[in-house]
Amino acid sequence: MHSLEVRLKGHLPDARGQGLVKDIQDLGIATVSDVRVVDIYWLDAELSPETLDMLGRNLLADPVTQIYSYRQGTPAGPVDESGYHTVEVAYNAGVTDPVEDSVLKAIRDLKVEGVNTVRTSKRYLIEGQLTDEQLEIICSRLLVNPIIQHVVEREQMSFPENPKYHFRLETVDILTSDRAVLQKQFGFTADEFQAIVDYYRKQGRNPTDVELETLAQTWSEHCVHKTFRGRFTLGGRVVDNLLKSTVMKATRELNRPWCLSVFVDNAGVIDFDGQWALCFKVETHNHPSAVEPYGGAATGIGGVIRDPLGTGLGAKPIANTDVFCFGPPDLPYDRLPQGVLHPRRMFKGVRSGVADYANRLGIPTLNGAVLFDERYVANPLVYCGTLGLLPVEIARLGKQKPGDKVVLIGGRTGRDGVHGVTFASEQLTEVSTATSSSSVQIGNPIVEKKMIDVLLQARDRGLYVRITDCGGGGLSSAVGEMAEETGVRVDLEKVPLKYAGLSYAEIWISESQERMILAVPPEQTGELLALFVGEDVEASVIGEFTDDRRLRLFYGGETVCDLEMEFLHGGIPQLRREAVWEPPHHPEPDFAEPSDLGESLLRILGSWNVCSKEWVVRQYDHEVQGSSVLKPLVGKHNDGPGDAAIIQPVPGSPKGVIIANGINPGYADVDPYWMAASVIDEALRQIIAVGGNLNRVALLDNFCWGDVNRPDMLGALIRTAQACYDMSVVYGTPFISGKDSLNNEFEHEGKTISIPHTLLVSAIGVMDDVSRAISMDFKKAGDFIYIAGSTRCELGGSEYLKTRGLVGNSVPKVEPQQSKNLMERLSTATGKGLVRACHDCSEGGIGVAVAEMAFAGGLGASISLKEVPLGEPIDRDDFILFSESNSRFIVEVSPDNKDRFEKEMAGCPLAMIGRVSSETRLEVHGRKGASVVSISIDELKEAWQKPLRW
Amino acid sequence: MVKTIVLRAPGTNCDAETVFAFEQAGSEVDLVHVNRIISHERKLADYQILVIPGGFTYGDDIAAGKVLANELRLKLGEDIRRFFEAGGLILGICNGFQVLVKAGFLPDPRSDGHLQVTLAANDSGKFECRWVNLAVNKESPCVFTNGMESMYVPVAHGEGKFVAAPEILPDINVVVRYTDEQGDAGAGYPHNPNGSVGNIAGICDSSGRIFALMPHPERHIRGTQHPQWTRLGAKQYGDGFPIFRNAVRWVQQS
Repeated sequence: MHSLEVRLKGHLPDARGQGLVKDIQDLGIATVSDVRVVDIYWLDAELSPETLDMLGRNLLADPVTQIYSYRQGTPAGPVDESGYHTVEVAYNAGVTDPVEDSVLKAIRDLKVEGVNTVRTSKRYLIEGQLTDEQLEIICSRLLVNPIIQHVVEREQMSFPENPKYHFRLETVDILTSDRAVLQKQFGFTADEFQAIVDYYRKQGRNPTDVELETLAQTWSEHCVHKTFRGRFTLGGRVVDNLLKSTVMKATRELNRPWCLSVFVDNAGVIDFDGQWALCFKVETHNHPSAVEPYGGAATGIGGVIRDPLGTGLGAKPIANTDVFCFGPPDLPYDRLPQGVLHPRRMFKGVRSGVADYANRLGIPTLNGAVLFDERYVANPLVYCGTLGLLPVEIARLGKQKPGDKVVLIGGRTGRDGVHGVTFASEQLTEVSTATSSSSVQIGNPIVEKKMIDVLLQARDRGLYVRITDCGGGGLSSAVGEMAEETGVRVDLEKVPLKYAGLSYAEIWISESQERMILAVPPEQTGELLALFVGEDVEASVIGEFTDDRRLRLFYGGETVCDLEMEFLHGGIPQLRREAVWEPPHHPEPDFAEPSDLGESLLRILGSWNVCSKEWVVRQYDHEVQGSSVLKPLVGKHNDGPGDAAIIQPVPGSPKGVIIANGINPGYADVDPYWMAASVIDEALRQIIAVGGNLNRVALLDNFCWGDVNRPDMLGALIRTAQACYDMSVVYGTPFISGKDSLNNEFEHEGKTISIPHTLLVSAIGVMDDVSRAISMDFKKAGDFIYIAGSTRCELGGSEYLKTRGLVGNSVPKVEPQQSKNLMERLSTATGKGLVRACHDCSEGGIGVAVAEMAFAGGLGASISLKEVPLGEPIDRDDFILFSESNSRFIVEVSPDNKDRFEKEMAGCPLAMIGRVSSETRLEVHGRKGASVVSISIDELKEAWQKPLRW
Repeated sequence: MVKTIVLRAPGTNCDAETVFAFEQAGSEVDLVHVNRIISHERKLADYQILVIPGGFTYGDDIAAGKVLANELRLKLGEDIRRFFEAGGLILGICNGFQVLVKAGFLPDPRSDGHLQVTLAANDSGKFECRWVNLAVNKESPCVFTNGMESMYVPVAHGEGKFVAAPEILPDINVVVRYTDEQGDAGAGYPHNPNGSVGNIAGICDSSGRIFALMPHPERHIRGTQHPQWTRLGAKQYGDGFPIFRNAVRWVQQS
């Protein structure tokens, strides 16, 4: 056992440490002047001082900027750490150290033998006066997450041997023992458990543990979406299978020929250009991210990337979209529930987890949103989505034959996600401050990247006939679902393990990341395995598809599971529930109209929801793959908020894909129906704003909800799904896939806190010629500013009312037929080159939209509210300026194109409300002509950029 | 026909666009996994241009590019030196720059392997993706930037701060420096996005045939990749394209 320490040379600034100094200051501790970080590599080997020295010199330390030292003494002299507070942090046992594989590889390349294990830790050297209590706060709030890490209290780290697993078949007595306990333990409803008891009574035996685990996973909400398939009554109306009667019904009725594969595969697939298809999926990884933001979010994006990869016969991931919801970053610590990480830490951890994973995989993150509400404090939402590209002829679900091999590829299997097991190798140190009862994985993006690289070659050689992702639910879900139509036998001892000691049941249900399952015809198995070996990616034949429609699992030749597919996939009783819906009533706003609306505008621009997210966007690689045509940040200084992103996925083809999203949980506080309608309208507006059209737009739904066992929650869910249907059919934009995450609730001080009803609608649109794209920044002084769409007094759930602590009741509604007509006309005008800039009018209304266009373009603007077309009488300037009515756009048109533009828009609510000016101020005049806003664009931009300039 | 080999390793992720750039420039391009060179299935000697593209090879574990640099130095060091001595061109982009420096091929391929320059963590402490202006040093012997004056290209990295021992700095063949829009190299962050010493964004060896830079010229090949093309209009070729065209032409003419 050796440890080798690497640190920056004394005179060099430590960027990681400086970041921590800032974080510590944010905690209200002002006395820390410097933090330096020491990287420590623990090597489980017996090495000579010469070898250690060589490893330090040639591998682990950078000779220009760093020095190294090791136990036997140091060539750089002893390192003085006196005068610092020191904290050393290491990963818990069972948490895979993401660096280990690469370091071992490099050590082998250096021809050093005998190093079996590498673990890393970090020592933080903190300079400044601190009390023990302050040091503890720094540790618990910034440096250590006990779920995956602990403070190393002794210098010695140990690498205990994992015990061997000794096979013993476990059965669970469900026929005679206490049902209530077992039902709860495995998470079944009473009806479901009864169905299982009935099944085994007929079989004349008890289930094995792995059979019961398989049923629990296959019948879980996560895998089977039983709420969305349930039978509900709402107001005397029966809804039989919510999904099929709303979201999927719209798709079926629209019956678009370009929808190639919907709701059947890991992602929805549409035709792109006759040769290529696009597949798109967004998922959530909420709970893991709440517990361990970095690892939870990283495995979230890692998981959704495998969805396109596991769609059809495999798509290349070409873009990501990420939407996060957190508590407010400035939440006082005394409002933070016990055991919950602070929103700022969650935000930083989630952001870096997603960025580190997606950046390493080389997938551009081009689109997203970040929202804040105190109800997300304990239940943050982490939506990650991936767009994939694949040849149309392999866009549909594959099909295996009996006799085809089950091949597991990618990462090894450990206890990741296996709950309630204790680690044999728990003791990482003799004095461990934390023990973990389940293992949270950090994710290893390079394992996934290697797998993708080789998999796409195997795809192009036609070496497999079906593929699926192995994610939540592990092998149990992946193999169990794939084999539904045929049957399968799997030899569990053939699954490669990260470490010894896993039982057959743990192997089967483990949720280890970076794994996929292929169905490979026997004659192609050899070529496939050789291809994978050639790029150092593991691929193992673990079983064979059969024709008996049974799921049979073996361990060392012993049968451990024998279930009929018909029962596994068809035996779950339909959920039945009563739902209610009562519209809430909030106090009506009754504050006086401010005479100067500039202050209000600055407050909205500086609100957490509206403010610039550049801090997030810049840390994503949004340029990799070289495909971006319209980037997330646009304008004169590349820092304005673009509406939707556009990529050109096939080099040499002018066709583009537009990626957009709509989300606004604030409106659901008034009415979830109009929330859903609004977010669909918003996603479509963004597509139109950048120059797209509605001809080929596909949608994804993603519901995040509270406890749907409560009738009112369920009622809200049903209303939301109904709106999805109503809007989808009118706009002609089908849903192609979706996902839900239910029961996002938290108990705090005797009260149940549910997240707001949150629907994310993600949209992709096909654009024929990307050279027709436009951006939202004002381009030229003297141009006319138009508003398209009518403004109503719709401030319920608006940002304006939020800045005053109000909700209101007049939620923005949607008239989809009129909205569609306006969008189509505007799209035609843009296609003809008549529009110089266009911006979606959403949160913060006209005020925010015009301000953003002005400072993004480095130009001023002067507008008059008198000219704004109203859909109903509004007698206040503030309500006109900040109303969030849907289906509106702010449009810049050159004077030369005025007549042609107005002609194209004939019949739509449209008015010229002002002009772009070279004077860099935003001037807004009220209905009576008085100036209500007069602010320089620099001041507006500063208000907008300041909050998240982290 | 000019033949280019784009080398790929676990974590390489700018390979497709780099292949595209060289194809557009008129080269035949093979994308080859490093294992296939090590196993002698493919030979460097069959090519005239070797490219190490961007990415996070081996996760950038230990330090960016370090594990691949270690592998190339130990397993392909001789092959790469022979390739260079035979007149080949070598281009490293982003992670490729980090690899070439840490494997000892830059600033001088004939050095004793004692590293005197490196690419360290950005001063901002953050990975940053942003567009930068580069001024091309016209005195540089670099064959890739022949005739170029400036370019506007993106960076996307967390460890791009060029650092050199002060005593060797005057001997470095600087090819490109970070500047502001006006070409001023003293403008500071974010124009110099990482805090590089002397605003150095890319260097070459004394022959000008090994060139590496942190920014991504392969991400600005088409006019519509420019972040402001919707304001300024789209040119046919992006600013990064001449680098690839120069390389291919140089091989054709030599």
